[in-house]
Amino acid sequence: MVTTSIEKGVDWVRVRGDFPILGAVDAQGRRLAFLDSAASSQKPARVIEAVERYYRETNANIHRGVYDLSERATAQYEAARHMAADFVNARSAREIVFVRNTTEGINLVAQTWGRRNVGAGDLIVVTTMDHHSNLVPWQMLAEEKGARLAAVRVTDDGKLDLDHLKELLAQGPRLVVFPHVSNSLGTINPAKEIVRLAHEAGAVTVVDGAQSVPHMPVDVQALDADFVAFSGHKMLGPMGSGVLYGKLELLEGMPPFMGGGGMIRKVSIEGSTWADVPARFEAGTPAVGDAIGLGAAVEYLQGIGMTNVREHERALTGYALERLREVPELTVYGPEDAEERAGVISFTLGDIHAHDVAAILNEENVAVRAGHHCCQPLMERLGVVATTRASLYVYNDEEDVDRLVVGLRRAQAIFAA
Amino acid sequence: MTDSLYRETILDHNRNPRNKGTLEPADYSYEDVNPLCGDEIRIDMRSDGERVTEIRFSGRGCAISQAAASMLMEMVEGLPLNEVKAIGREDLLEELGVPISPARMKCAMLGLKVLKAGLYGASPADDAF
Repeated sequence: MVTTSIEKGVDWVRVRGDFPILGAVDAQGRRLAFLDSAASSQKPARVIEAVERYYRETNANIHRGVYDLSERATAQYEAARHMAADFVNARSAREIVFVRNTTEGINLVAQTWGRRNVGAGDLIVVTTMDHHSNLVPWQMLAEEKGARLAAVRVTDDGKLDLDHLKELLAQGPRLVVFPHVSNSLGTINPAKEIVRLAHEAGAVTVVDGAQSVPHMPVDVQALDADFVAFSGHKMLGPMGSGVLYGKLELLEGMPPFMGGGGMIRKVSIEGSTWADVPARFEAGTPAVGDAIGLGAAVEYLQGIGMTNVREHERALTGYALERLREVPELTVYGPEDAEERAGVISFTLGDIHAHDVAAILNEENVAVRAGHHCCQPLMERLGVVATTRASLYVYNDEEDVDRLVVGLRRAQAIFAA
Repeated sequence: MTDSLYRETILDHNRNPRNKGTLEPADYSYEDVNPLCGDEIRIDMRSDGERVTEIRFSGRGCAISQAAASMLMEMVEGLPLNEVKAIGREDLLEELGVPISPARMKCAMLGLKVLKAGLYGASPADDAF
């Protein structure tokens, strides 16, 4: 079974062909069924070439040199910032801070805005489905400041309990943080509504966009979130590229993150003053080549169209959920309806440990993730030690899902023997 | 698939683990987890001061960690204590007889790590880690 190659004007077979790593076959002649894009995506040739071209043709430090090469590197770096701003519809490129990944973006907010604005006794609201990267930085801040932390509960069908959120909001939290899309369950949270409720309660919002921005249209102005962090490497860009979006008025009121070159206005032995936003948050030589690669990834995704990306993944998720229902003793976690979830499917297979499931799938050249997915509190809530997770992206098709199902049946056969 | 990790010996130990259970009271009792996957293993041991007279393991985890712990029980029961100390990663890998990738090494070595930490307070420098 093969996906219809032309779907709303997108040639998905050709899309798959854009990814060199997916063209390889193993010793048995099988192609790689890569189902771990939620951890990190593959990169199209265009992104790889953009990074290579930068190092071959325009590599130089930025914002420093007056020679042509440095100016060209600077222009490309800042062009990537504009592309990222356009991608999430930020009002201005100044609202885009380049970071290494989502984790760094969230830590940046905790260490700057958080340290300045969160005090003893303040409440920070997190969720039971947050990735550790949107939980641990807030625990560290709470401990430092003597603030309190409370987690919004998750319902049995893997959604945020909005009634519980409202109860917590009634306590007047300083900050509300949550994942736009759960990296374990795939649940698409009603981000706009949560942000609105949080703002009504007077809280600032931090949205973990790591699993949403790469997979669906995200408009930060429509969302109205104060901060949104996402990773370039999960959206076809290079490792080491990431973005923190922040509302300009908030960014301008924040102290620096790290001290060093590039983030200062004037330095004397007695003290220093800070550069404007966003340079204030980008101390030291940034990952220029990676940012340029991220810009190429944005262009590539925009070429497909984010509505088409979402539609492709929604359809494939629906197909996967249907096929997985055929597998006896398989339990899928999270919402049952593909409309309510992104292309992330966590499951357990009878009493076979997730690591064994993933190892057997690996023997079939099917790559999935097994473990707690950096979501130990959620695993505890689900009552499981670990799950196996298959996650989808633009290059996946029904054949990948079929291979997954075949591998799962083989795992059952091995353990039933 | 001849190169499968899941050969019959591994599956057999996983299905029918040797010396699975607990000893109460025990002369030594120790447990630990693999933070990567949440595998947990507890080992209870009795000794006459020279040899391991009785040993049991309990806990949960993947087939590799369970089978390796089960094999370890067979290797250790009745052994002089100083010989237990000499058991290293290679000995257990030989017993397992399948290629263990770096990602699964912690699974395979969890039982040995628990045994040695319980007996000697072995440090992370020990080659079982």
